[in-house]
Amino acid sequence: MADQPLLRVRDLGVSFRSGGAESIASTGVNYDLAPGEILAVVGESGSGKSVSALALTRLLPPEPACSIRGSVQLEGTELVGLSEQALTRVRGKRIAYIFQEPGTSMNPVYTVGFQIAEAVRTHRPEVQDVNATVVDALAAVGIREPARAAASYPHELSGGMLQRAMIAMALACDPKVLVADEPTTALDVTIQKQIMELLARLRRERGMSILLITHNFGIVANMADNVMVMHQGRVVEQGSVKDVMGSPKHPYTRGLIGCIPRLGQRRRRLSTLEDAMRDSQNANR
Amino acid sequence: MSSSTLLEVNDLKVHYPRPGAGWFRKAEPVRAVDGVTFSVLRGKTVGLVGESGSGKTTTGRAIVKLAPVTAGQILWEGQDIGRMDNRAFLPWRKKVQMVFQDPYGSLNPRSDILGILSEPLEIHFPGMSRQDREARCAELLTKVGLKPEQMRRHPHEFSGGQRQRIGIARALAVQPELIVCDEPVSALDVSVQASVVNLLQDLQEELGVAYLFIAHDLAVVEHISHHVLVMEKGLVVEQGSPERILGDPQHPYTRTLLDAVPKF
Repeated sequence: MADQPLLRVRDLGVSFRSGGAESIASTGVNYDLAPGEILAVVGESGSGKSVSALALTRLLPPEPACSIRGSVQLEGTELVGLSEQALTRVRGKRIAYIFQEPGTSMNPVYTVGFQIAEAVRTHRPEVQDVNATVVDALAAVGIREPARAAASYPHELSGGMLQRAMIAMALACDPKVLVADEPTTALDVTIQKQIMELLARLRRERGMSILLITHNFGIVANMADNVMVMHQGRVVEQGSVKDVMGSPKHPYTRGLIGCIPRLGQRRRRLSTLEDAMRDSQNANR
Repeated sequence: MSSSTLLEVNDLKVHYPRPGAGWFRKAEPVRAVDGVTFSVLRGKTVGLVGESGSGKTTTGRAIVKLAPVTAGQILWEGQDIGRMDNRAFLPWRKKVQMVFQDPYGSLNPRSDILGILSEPLEIHFPGMSRQDREARCAELLTKVGLKPEQMRRHPHEFSGGQRQRIGIARALAVQPELIVCDEPVSALDVSVQASVVNLLQDLQEELGVAYLFIAHDLAVVEHISHHVLVMEKGLVVEQGSPERILGDPQHPYTRTLLDAVPKF
């Protein structure tokens, strides 16, 4: 086999148990992530897209409150069922995460530099000059005065700067896979563009693979190689961005794309998901 | 002229004092809104776009008297409502209502839907009987696509989109002529967003209500608006028809905003 995938996910399922009742958050998720690939995951809230990504390194409650089934192989190593201690060595170091709200992902009482240094010390004990690594990481994400940013507390930085700092923290440990969970949803469009360009550059320069969770099809079209559409915990459609967005097969995908207003294409009414689902039912009759 | 001017905003300024000698800054006032002029026509929608910190929300809040007016006029059919005290403003509050961004934070969690929708009625129509209020509440829920049977439920029993519908019903309760919608769909899923935008347009057609629609999503603003304002740093940098502003932007800031939108 020439191209072994970096990450191989098979039949991944997550369910939560509370008070004897089990609720399935996602089920039957399959995908391969190649080195340097950007895979977008789209869907509405509650579709299971975030929970499937968190399940990769079990950033979820322990058994029996939450159980994970299936298989996640990172470079041939099975992650499902690993001990907490072994998972700690994967989290951050090999699979890093950035989240939607950069402000709440940082600890407000420590400086940004301290928090990035903490990640470096934990995951890369071999590094001699931790401070230099921190400043380099901040410079790599396009922060102009990295030393000053490192000395700042989270509240002193803007949302866009904080998201860069979060990416710097993820990068400082040189991960293989970056999971970006709605990284720009809380940011202005101009800042969103800068962050997306940054992620594209990191993929280009470092060959990092990115699992990009978003609900913005514009971002999917511009950034991703492949896309996976999730609905009610299941993958309803997956394939190359060109195929899925060019000729979506599943009515849910068509509905999701169709309900977005687009610039320069003024319509009298927006179509809704219900319209699309109803149309497909009528067509099947 | 096809429709009359409802609201005229002339050189509106909202400045906030900064606390004395601060740690980082001089005691210069924050110029949140620094000279904004526009008008809203009866039954039409004015879209207001800009990034965070551009002053778009403050402009909307000043119109409903949730932000202090430093200078300039807010003329409602010729009468300046910007400088009135709250008591004198009361009759106008009925005419200008607001829908907020956060459908979770803007409804009282301890009150049922009947209570939430009755409150504005009790204030503005004190003579209304209990039965009439309940009937009005049922009518409002139907209007926004919910069921009258749901009026005894509490906000936590509804989804984000349904809560935003309740917020819209509350604004409609007193039959306003203008609703200031501050990012009403930005917290919602794209699919839910489409149905709430459609609802707002249907209500405008049916009731002739005007909107000041504040948002950062240019495509949504283009879709819903009859007139668009682009704000940056407290100033309107450009205004005109949506076709003109978004199709042929003149100001570099508008172009920057448009370029930043990922297209597909």
